[in-house]
Amino acid sequence: MTEKIIRLMQGNEACVEGAIAAGMRFYAGYPITPSTEIAELSAAKLPRIGGKFIQMEDEIASISAIIGASLTGYKAMTATSGPGFSLKQEGIGYAAISETPCVIVNVQRGGPSTGLPTFPAQGDIMQARWGTHGDHSIIALYPSTVREIYDTTIKAFNLAEKYRTPVILLMDEVIAHMREKIEIPNIDEVEIYNRKKPKSSPSEYLPFHVREGDIVPEMVNFGEGYRFHVTGLVHSETGFPTNDHKIAENLITRLINKIQDNVEDIVEYEEYRLEDAEKVIIAYGATARSVKSAIDSLREEGCKIGMFRPITIWPVAQKQIEEMARKVKKVSVIEMNMGQYFLEIDRIAGKYTTVNQYGRVHGELITPEEIISFIKEG
Amino acid sequence: MGTLQTLYVVEEWCKGCGICVTFCPKKVLEIKDDKVAIKDLKACIQCGQCELRCPDYAIYLGGQ
Amino acid sequence: MPSQLVDKYYRTESLPHIWCPGCGNGIVTRAIVKAIDNLGLNQDDVCIVSGIGCSSRASGYLDFNTIHTTHGRALAFATGIKFANPKLHVIVITGDGDCVAIGGNHLIHTARRNIDITTIVFNNNIYGMTGGQYSPTTPTGDRGTTAPYGNIDANFDLCNLAKAAGATYVSRATVFGANMIIKQVENGIKNKGFSFIETITICPTYYGRKNKKGDSVDMITDLKEIAVNKVSYEKLSEEQRKGKIIVGELYKGKRPEYVEEYNRMVESF
Repeated sequence: MTEKIIRLMQGNEACVEGAIAAGMRFYAGYPITPSTEIAELSAAKLPRIGGKFIQMEDEIASISAIIGASLTGYKAMTATSGPGFSLKQEGIGYAAISETPCVIVNVQRGGPSTGLPTFPAQGDIMQARWGTHGDHSIIALYPSTVREIYDTTIKAFNLAEKYRTPVILLMDEVIAHMREKIEIPNIDEVEIYNRKKPKSSPSEYLPFHVREGDIVPEMVNFGEGYRFHVTGLVHSETGFPTNDHKIAENLITRLINKIQDNVEDIVEYEEYRLEDAEKVIIAYGATARSVKSAIDSLREEGCKIGMFRPITIWPVAQKQIEEMARKVKKVSVIEMNMGQYFLEIDRIAGKYTTVNQYGRVHGELITPEEIISFIKEG
Repeated sequence: MGTLQTLYVVEEWCKGCGICVTFCPKKVLEIKDDKVAIKDLKACIQCGQCELRCPDYAIYLGGQ
Repeated sequence: MPSQLVDKYYRTESLPHIWCPGCGNGIVTRAIVKAIDNLGLNQDDVCIVSGIGCSSRASGYLDFNTIHTTHGRALAFATGIKFANPKLHVIVITGDGDCVAIGGNHLIHTARRNIDITTIVFNNNIYGMTGGQYSPTTPTGDRGTTAPYGNIDANFDLCNLAKAAGATYVSRATVFGANMIIKQVENGIKNKGFSFIETITICPTYYGRKNKKGDSVDMITDLKEIAVNKVSYEKLSEEQRKGKIIVGELYKGKRPEYVEEYNRMVESF
């Protein structure tokens, strides 16, 4: 029996610890506040555990490098913030169409542009979903505590490998920089998904063919005797580019469906005091912590209110939100932006109930008091 | 290589640019109906200049 | 039936290639393959990385581990691949726009790291894929579709740029002197560090036509006349040097290679 490891840890540190536990052994990055500690800690730790760290010349180079590393078999990650996340979009699209697993951490800060570098914001919700051009699906996770950062980072890697897709980990500046006491789980108890070895021989290998019963094509690594082609162009099962309209539609549809058809496997959420709730707040990340506190106070005053907290931001937990919306009088989306996730929630819940939004973009956390008065007024 | 080599043309790949014709030192080649053709094989000295500069891999020296 | 060389190293089912009649890209690509063959490298151990543009389509035709990346980023992808799996011989195929316009920053930093990657630039002085816009290597005064009155930009000397940034093997050759390309690629691959080979190729369709350079035969003949080696160039008068390009191995240096340095750091723990 191993002893429990209890540590006081910063959010960014928990991200690195989780990544390493998940098997991350390649990190490429470019420093940017408030994500920089993730690069610093990766630089310190990876060389000591057989991993690789490289500081690239910019964010595009960093995501390009991790895609390259992933193609050789590494679990690879990059971390950034706001302006850097804008630059990552090029590589996210490439990873999506080439089905290259990788994890992109975005510790959000106030924007647009250079914005508020050292203050929190939740303004990249829609950029995480639609930031790269073209139709695609995406997985984005959003932890709310330091411990959850550890867990969701592991989950991000597992999903990236399982669905052969870039996975975005959205973090809040406050949690990234906050220190909390966390219990690190025993590594043997953590579920880790590793890339499967191919069943095909090199001569029969079709790099983008999905075998019966599989979700994604078999992935082999560069340098293992399978000489295949990877491209950002629309390609057939062979991996070679094509302008065939039917193949194009099949590919893009498959890329979207491999995620949309498995939403139940991917979505994770927390329900807080929802049993008899007549009002529901939807919030995520740091804001959800203020919401919890506000709910506790409102409950003391007899208000039947609860919270639905998506941990998987994309794909959205459509079924669960619909079911909940049918039962309640009002859904309020509270977020540090001017109404981004609200658009999605209103689309889903608006058919069944009233949906409103409270948003702030001043670079400060939304306080429980603000939430209480918003709920009482509305 | 000591083995005697000869010229081969892959007609379907030839785009008829004429680079091989120009740089053949012995005027072995010509363009006929927009494709390379061997005009005088006996004159070929197997220098490989045609193969070296053919952008389309449409002419080469190979074992007989 | 294709030649043995083409049969072995090309994905012949994807030939003929998309390049225009008389385009020099096929000549450079063959020279690279010939160099790999001369060195006897195992195809499974070679990774060809390309960016976006006419030349970058080469990766798809070649039977190695191949990746056609995003515009300008080939060297960044290549850095990830080489660092992750140093056993691979990583060869980058890129064009003048890809390598020194959108990818210029990646070029100077990859050279600075002196990571063991061999880069071959197919310099055709123009953006071919998009239809003939001027590039960072279009000579001043020449025309492109976006320089209808002549290019007012100064053009880059790519080899000087690569050398200044820290490449440890720098050379230049033209498609007329394709044998020189073969030798340079061989030496570039053998160099343990960042190797930069500028090949002067021809785009008869856009650059040639826009600038009244004649057809591909005329353009290659021109290259034959303007290419001189360093020694000959130094003997020329200022007047005679006009319009000439220096070919040959221009710089060989020795500096620590990035992956080896990383490993050295790890071993020191």
